[in-house]
Amino acid sequence: MSAEAKVIDMAYKIQQAEDGNRGLHYEENLLWEKEYSDEPGVDLPEPAGLASRTGVEVRGEIGLPNVSEPQVLRHFVRMSTWNYSIDHGFFPLGSCTMKHNPRLNEKMARLPGHAHIHPAQPESTVQGALKLMYELQSWLSEMTGLPGVCLTPAAGAHGELAGMMTIARAHEQKGNTHKKVVLIPDSAHGTNPATAVMCGFKVRNVPTGDTGCVTVEAFKEALYAESEDAAEVAGMMVTNPNTCGLFEKDIVEIADLLHKAGGYFYCDGANFNALVGKVRPGDFGVDVMHINLHKTFSTPHGGGGPGSGPICTSAELAPYVPVPTVVKKGDSYALEWEEDRPETFGRLKGFQGQFGMFVRALAYMMSHGADGLRQVSEDAVLGANYVLSQLKDDYHAPYAANGPCMHEALLTDKKQKEAGVTTLDIAKALTEYGFHPMTVYFPLVLPGTMLIEPTETESKDSIDRFITVMKGFAADIKAGDTEKFHAFPLSTPRRRLDEVKAARNPVLRWA
Amino acid sequence: MAEIKYTDDHECIKIEGDVAWVGITKYAQEALGDLVYVELPEVGREVKKGEDFAVVESVKTAAEVYSPVDGEVVEANDNMADDMELITQPVSEQGWIAKIKMSDPSQLDGLMDEAKYNEYTESLD
Repeated sequence: MSAEAKVIDMAYKIQQAEDGNRGLHYEENLLWEKEYSDEPGVDLPEPAGLASRTGVEVRGEIGLPNVSEPQVLRHFVRMSTWNYSIDHGFFPLGSCTMKHNPRLNEKMARLPGHAHIHPAQPESTVQGALKLMYELQSWLSEMTGLPGVCLTPAAGAHGELAGMMTIARAHEQKGNTHKKVVLIPDSAHGTNPATAVMCGFKVRNVPTGDTGCVTVEAFKEALYAESEDAAEVAGMMVTNPNTCGLFEKDIVEIADLLHKAGGYFYCDGANFNALVGKVRPGDFGVDVMHINLHKTFSTPHGGGGPGSGPICTSAELAPYVPVPTVVKKGDSYALEWEEDRPETFGRLKGFQGQFGMFVRALAYMMSHGADGLRQVSEDAVLGANYVLSQLKDDYHAPYAANGPCMHEALLTDKKQKEAGVTTLDIAKALTEYGFHPMTVYFPLVLPGTMLIEPTETESKDSIDRFITVMKGFAADIKAGDTEKFHAFPLSTPRRRLDEVKAARNPVLRWA
Repeated sequence: MAEIKYTDDHECIKIEGDVAWVGITKYAQEALGDLVYVELPEVGREVKKGEDFAVVESVKTAAEVYSPVDGEVVEANDNMADDMELITQPVSEQGWIAKIKMSDPSQLDGLMDEAKYNEYTESLD
C-alpha cells in the first residue's frame, strides 16, 4: 500500500468507527435514538411550592427526546439531504407525486394580500380573494365544459369523495333509493372503489380489454349483469385517460349507455393534465369530475402541499355540490351557504378550501393562457411517447402496438423477468443511477408494470439520459449481467430496506 | 393426501365433509409478492359463490379472495393474522384463510384439479 493509500485508508477507518459520516453523506439516527440526556434544549426552573391538584405529578419524565435547537435543526437538515425531489433531478414517477412548481406561482401566493388574509374576515374586506376564486371556478368550468364548480375539497381523494357524495345526494333527492351499484374498471385507482364503498355503494368490476381500455361489450356485460335495464346502477367511476396512459376511445358510447340507465358518470380527473385545452370532459359525457390542482395545475404537494381537489359538475348536479361556492352579484362577490343552496349535501371542509393553492393554480393558468395550457398537455404527451418509442423494444410495451399513449408510457418487466430481474430491481437500479424510480406495480391490470410520466417540463436532454440508462439496464440483463440488479442500490444512505418486515412488524411507538 | 381443487381466480380448496378450507395458490402468492396482511371474514358470515370474503395485502398490492361456494364462514385462521408466513403452507395444513360450511357442495364440481390448474397457469404466462 502506498503512503497516500495508507492515509486514505486510515481516514476512512476513523470515519467508519466514529459515526458513519463520509464526505457529504451524513449518518443520522432517529431522534428517539439519540441519547442527549445531558443536553436539554430548554432549562425550566424547578416548580417551587406547587402542589398537584389533580393527583398527577407536577414534574416528571414524559419520554420526549432531550435535544437542543441546533441538534434538532441538524437532525432534520441531514435527513432532508437523503431525500430526492423534483428540484434534484428527473422524476419519472410524474405528476402523481410532483411536477415542477413554477416559482412565479410562489411569488403570487406570497403577496401580502394573498398570504395575510384570514378566512373568517368579512366578505366585504376580501373581495379580491373571492374574485380570484370566482375566476378560478370560471377557468375550471371553461376547461372541463362543466358549469358547476366547488373548490373546497382538500385533495384528489377528497374531491372523489365530494363527487360521489354529490351523486349520492342527487339520487337521494330524486328518490332513487334502489340505485346502489357503481361500475369501476379494474384499471382504476384504488381510491375509486374505496370512495364508492364509503358513500354506501356496492362496487361492480368492469374488466379491461387486451387494448388496456374498457370496451363497449365489456361495459354492457357489467351494466346489465343483474337486470335488463340496469335500474340498480347509480353511476360509474372512470379515469380518462386511464391508468394505463390510454384515452378511453369508446367513452362517449359508454357514457350514453350509463345515462340511459339513469346513472351518473364520475370521472377521476387525476390524468386531466393530458387533456387540458384539447378535450372538454363534459363533451364526452362526464357529470362530475375532480381536478387535482396539485397535479394538473402545478401547485406543490407530496410533502410541500397541501393538495387541492375541486370538483366540476354538469348543470343537473350543480345544486348538490358541497358549500360554499363563490357567486358574483352585480360588481361584488359572495359565498353561498346552505341557506342559498338547500339541495347541497352540506359542508365538507372548514372554510373555503386551500386558498393558497387557488392562487398558485390561477397564476399557472393565467401565465400560460389558453394556448400555453394546450401546449402543456401536448408536451406532456409528446414526452411520454418519446420514452415509449425509445424503450418499447428493450422492455415489454403491452399497448404500444395499438398506437401512441397519452401522458404516461406503460412498460412491464416481462422480458427481464425471464432473466430473474424484476420491476423492483429496475427501480432500485434507477436509484443507484441518480433517478427517482417510475411508478411500479401499478396499474394492476398486468404483472410487473412500470408507468413512466416525464411531465411537460423535462428537456429532451434530461429524458435522453434516462432512456440511455434504461437501455443500458436492458442490455446488461440480456447479456446475463444480472447479479448487480439484486444488490442495487449501493451508494444510497440505506441499501434495500426490508419492506416485508416493516409491513409485518411495524414499530409504531418508541418504547 | 386430500384432493385440492382450484378456481380460476387462484383460490385453492380442501374439502372435508361439507366444509371447504379456502386459501390462495402459490401462483397467486408469487404474483402478489410477499404477503404482509390478511383481512379475515367474521365467523358466522353468510357468503355467496363469487363474493369476496377476505383481502390479502402484499407490499405491492392488495387482492380480494373470493368464495368458491355459497355457505357460512365457520372458522377464520386467526393464527395467520399474527403470522403471515402461514399462508405459504399447504391449504390442507395451516395455509387456509377461512373454513366455509357449504350449502351446496356440488358448486365445486366444475373446479380444476392440480394438473388442470397447472396447465391453466402456464397458459396465463
